[in-house]
Amino acid sequence: MRWWHPADVGQATRSLMDQWGYGARLLTRMVLLFGPTMRRFGLVRDQIHFLGNYSLAIITVSGLFVGFVLGLQGYYTLQRYGSSEALGLLVALSLVRELGPVITALLYAGRAGASLTAEIGLMKTGEQMAAMEMMAVDPISRVLAPRFWAGVIVMPLLAAVFSAVGVLGGYVVGVLLIGVDAGAFWSQMQGGVDVFKDVGNGVVKSFVFGVAVTFVALLQGYEAQPTPEGVSSATTRTVVISSLSVLGLDFILTVMMFSI
Amino acid sequence: MERSKNDIWVGLFVLIGLAALVFLALKSANLLNLSFESNYRVAAKFDNVGGLKPRAAVKSAGVVVGRVESITFDDKSFQARVMLSLESRYQFPKDSSLKILTSGLLGEQYIGIEAGADEKNLAGGDTIANTQSAVVLENLIGQFLYSKAAEGPATPGTTPKK
Repeated sequence: MRWWHPADVGQATRSLMDQWGYGARLLTRMVLLFGPTMRRFGLVRDQIHFLGNYSLAIITVSGLFVGFVLGLQGYYTLQRYGSSEALGLLVALSLVRELGPVITALLYAGRAGASLTAEIGLMKTGEQMAAMEMMAVDPISRVLAPRFWAGVIVMPLLAAVFSAVGVLGGYVVGVLLIGVDAGAFWSQMQGGVDVFKDVGNGVVKSFVFGVAVTFVALLQGYEAQPTPEGVSSATTRTVVISSLSVLGLDFILTVMMFSI
Repeated sequence: MERSKNDIWVGLFVLIGLAALVFLALKSANLLNLSFESNYRVAAKFDNVGGLKPRAAVKSAGVVVGRVESITFDDKSFQARVMLSLESRYQFPKDSSLKILTSGLLGEQYIGIEAGADEKNLAGGDTIANTQSAVVLENLIGQFLYSKAAEGPATPGTTPKK
């Protein structure tokens, strides 16, 4: 390893720039293909069905259990300060602002992102992409862009389902099981949660996460080595990179949105 | 475009997602309580606003009648200048007085407005001079210690200066 050698540094920088530039170009192309993609909505619809409907079960169940746990743990902390009526506020704020978008994005990366990468990597392994190009069909607009836009549409909806189910889960544990007053539960929640500042920013967050996770998955699949090992390592990279980028982006977005 | 069997499932998925959003907006947030009433702005000067924050409530008889819009420092009178935005459907006499109150022992601070007896009502751009500052806990403790020290036999060296 001669990592200190100037030539190595130069080569590493150049290949890094090359990868980033390639990724940025791919992202720009997919964003610019919004119009043509939406005109062929059938492709997007099938992808929404694949990415969204099949993720709905895991999102709903996870949201319910996260809500249960938030209700129990939140009550344990709040009752020490004699303010267990604020349980609804605690559950709703933590779900809408943080946990809803973040956990949904992590689950989505594992459930849908990995399968996107594997699908596209295998298409590449089977030389379907090359075959499309031979037939003068652009694989980016035919294969990648519909998946990208479907993922971007699906993520905010999944995050909203997660948060809503989580609030209901917190209600079940807090009100039905523990016995917090139902009126206080809802009124504290409604008094403390702002539609635009909290719910709206949560939607913006989940939108950004949808772009990030779907883009990472597609890029890794499209760039995968066309071998079985290449596809499997690309799938692993998708989960690792998209999870880390979701957590990093979440910190940046939280700083931008909620700190004054 | 021909319909496919996926259409109904995708449609259901989108509807469920939108219903979740509507649920969050209506049930867990305060979309219905957002007031689109017209407001009028009134200024007030306080010697000390304590922990009052913008967007804090302005209450009369416990009912929210407006919000604190901004808090700035006036370097002419060395007072805090608080802009209040009151809902137009609530009118108050010109000599109404303001107090900074705290909800509960450790709760949020808000402004209480007590109606006066003037014939004329407050209008936009008026300044309310009759205000009572926030209770600052340190000052209260200080006063308490002074009065204690004044009545009891003062230990040498801790005699408060008058």
